[in-house]
Amino acid sequence: MKKIKKVLSAVLAATMVMSLVACSNETGTEKEAETASEATETEGAEQTAASDVKVGFIFLHDENSTYDLNFINGATEACKAAGVEYMFKTNIPEGQECYEAACELADAGCDIVFADSFGHEDYMIEAAKEYPEVQFCHATGTKAHTENLSNYHNAFATIYEGRYLAGIAAGMKLNEMIANGEITEDQTKIGYVGAYTYAEVISGYTSFFLGARSVCPSATMEVTFTGSWYDETAEKEGANKLIEDGCVLLSQHADSMGAPTACEKAGVPDVSYNGSTASACPNTFIVSSRIDWAPYFAYIIDSVANGKAIDTDWVGTLETGSVVLTDLGDAAAEGTADAIAEAEKAMNAGTLHVFDTTTFTVNGETLTSYMADVDTDADYTADTEVITDGYFAESGSEFRSAPYFDLQIDGISLLDTAY
Amino acid sequence: MEQKVKEPRYHIVKRADISGKEAWIIRVVAILSALLLCAIITMVCTGDNPISIFATIFKGAFGTQRKTWITLQYVAVLLIISLALTPAFKMQFWNVGGEGQVLMGGLAAATCMITLADKLPNAVVILLMIVTSILAGAIWGVIPALFKAMWNTNETLSTLMMNYIATQLVAYFTIVWEVPKGSGKIGIINQNSNVGWLPNVGNKYLLSIIVATVVTIGMMIYLKYTKHGYEIEVVGESQNTARYVGISVEKVIIRTMLLSGAICGLAGLLLVGGINHTITTTISDGQGFTGVMVSWLAKFNPIAMIFTSLLIIFMGRGASEISTAFELNQSFADILTGIILFFIIGCEFFIRYKIVVRKDLGKENA
Repeated sequence: MKKIKKVLSAVLAATMVMSLVACSNETGTEKEAETASEATETEGAEQTAASDVKVGFIFLHDENSTYDLNFINGATEACKAAGVEYMFKTNIPEGQECYEAACELADAGCDIVFADSFGHEDYMIEAAKEYPEVQFCHATGTKAHTENLSNYHNAFATIYEGRYLAGIAAGMKLNEMIANGEITEDQTKIGYVGAYTYAEVISGYTSFFLGARSVCPSATMEVTFTGSWYDETAEKEGANKLIEDGCVLLSQHADSMGAPTACEKAGVPDVSYNGSTASACPNTFIVSSRIDWAPYFAYIIDSVANGKAIDTDWVGTLETGSVVLTDLGDAAAEGTADAIAEAEKAMNAGTLHVFDTTTFTVNGETLTSYMADVDTDADYTADTEVITDGYFAESGSEFRSAPYFDLQIDGISLLDTAY
Repeated sequence: MEQKVKEPRYHIVKRADISGKEAWIIRVVAILSALLLCAIITMVCTGDNPISIFATIFKGAFGTQRKTWITLQYVAVLLIISLALTPAFKMQFWNVGGEGQVLMGGLAAATCMITLADKLPNAVVILLMIVTSILAGAIWGVIPALFKAMWNTNETLSTLMMNYIATQLVAYFTIVWEVPKGSGKIGIINQNSNVGWLPNVGNKYLLSIIVATVVTIGMMIYLKYTKHGYEIEVVGESQNTARYVGISVEKVIIRTMLLSGAICGLAGLLLVGGINHTITTTISDGQGFTGVMVSWLAKFNPIAMIFTSLLIIFMGRGASEISTAFELNQSFADILTGIILFFIIGCEFFIRYKIVVRKDLGKENA
């Protein structure tokens, strides 16, 4: 017992010392907090009605995932610009935890709750049913237009346009490699690491391929799937497999650094996604397309502050500033910037459509009609005619914001479709 | 003189017997020192005030009414899984296959929800879910037990490997039933018709808590007051003794693993039918393994397990609240949880052994 008493007294003494330190520390933070609140107050005075809006964000991972980092940056930027209060919940899995996180944010007084991952959707809908006065916004989801909930909204962007532009950069690079004698014309094979055989991925690699082929007509593509949105090892292995297979340029739709680093190691040029990988891959990075979510966040904050309804399906475009390309990397070919600018201009003018049916064939035939599965159901019922005016109307705001292009066009071969 | 130098300054002695009071003092000291170390690390790494960090941990678990309910629900599920593993551990059968047994129970429930939704009335679907998920868990548990009973295979390996089979089965059916196509996700099953959703009792959190209470009491009675419970204890102490007194060891192993798997299946049913309404490969979230820790820390005592599972859930939820409130990385929360668990598990050493310091140490040096 004596020994225990000794230990206890030692612990007690240590605790007291700690609490002393803690106290002194506390005053320090208080001071900091005071100055911080002063700063926000002055900031708030300049701001208008938006400042009493509170936004809650739910992220699948944290800033270590390029996908979530892109959302986190957009959210911070938009909230600071609007001068509104915000709360972040990171590492929320796609399950009941998402529902609980959404409810906790609503309980904490958030007027808007936003979730960033596809699998969050069903749980956001459950929360939206429970809190009719709170606006629930969900990126990449597919169900808002069929759920009939006035406070549940989907959002996406015409990222296929960004992919197409990035594809042009890839095609220019292939042309340069041909001109330099590094490869011959029949070796212009592109590799693509995808996550799932999901429409969003299919739409992404098809538009990227069409962009590349628009400048390098001999281009072909091979696609492999990892069966996960974030699996660094699988993405790296997938990239290595494609490189061994003779792919001379890579791109990916998966969230880790797996594919870009594999490319850097092998010296294969890479078009990345969700943000620049120039610092980690200085020799092989060409360009990256990404969705900038700040315009959407600014839009929903403004809508709630001014009592306006939020679109059920909001589609960001090049013009809204939602679809952006990063700065070109050192590996980009000469003249890339001009070619991209030209195509972008044509897109904005409406003269260039990414999925122009004259530029691709399916099983050797040009498409004249296609029923897509726009309304999500367990039987994948094809329900909506999406070929209009000679092009596939992807992410039409009248249909739904999330992509539904799921055709397998000629020139692209899928290596594995297990996922 | 030389002899005295060779004598170590301290040595470790196994405690013959330790009073309950003494053991609890050691545990409290361990928790306090864990918190102290957490506080130091927090201050060194972040400069944040440790007191407010601890307040945040508490708020994360019990800050609002909803948070309290969620915490209790999590405790309930972890408790059920831990209770399921307990009889197996008590007879020294190392069932580390709780994860797989939970998944199989969940998969069975999800299968009923998906395939029978428009064919049978809701009540029948729920009844079938209960029967099939308990059965599925029991079958997954009894396969390694049969192997053990018949061929004396190593159950640690076989139960562990059954986990992987279960995970891959769930992964396979996720792709079969994915919505929309290619997404790799099933999503909430029967979101609008709610067929196969276990009914709300009072509120949506209470059902699991009630089930956990029933299972806790049942398991306590089963282990302490029934012939089966006694047989499990004898087999655990010594299989030869068991054989000598006429207990069929094989029978006890098979019977106990049927029960262990069945209760895991029940946990799977609650996770799929009552809480998540979907099935994913990660739905049991490692609780098949955490349950091992809960069960061991509580020394296989069902009542004590309430507290150990509460402690682990409390820490986990508190830690994730820290990462929200202080905008710290989730890894920081994991560090704190790791420290606390290390101390809690480590203090068991000091309960079983004591360190005896050489008595004449100070005098000799002086």
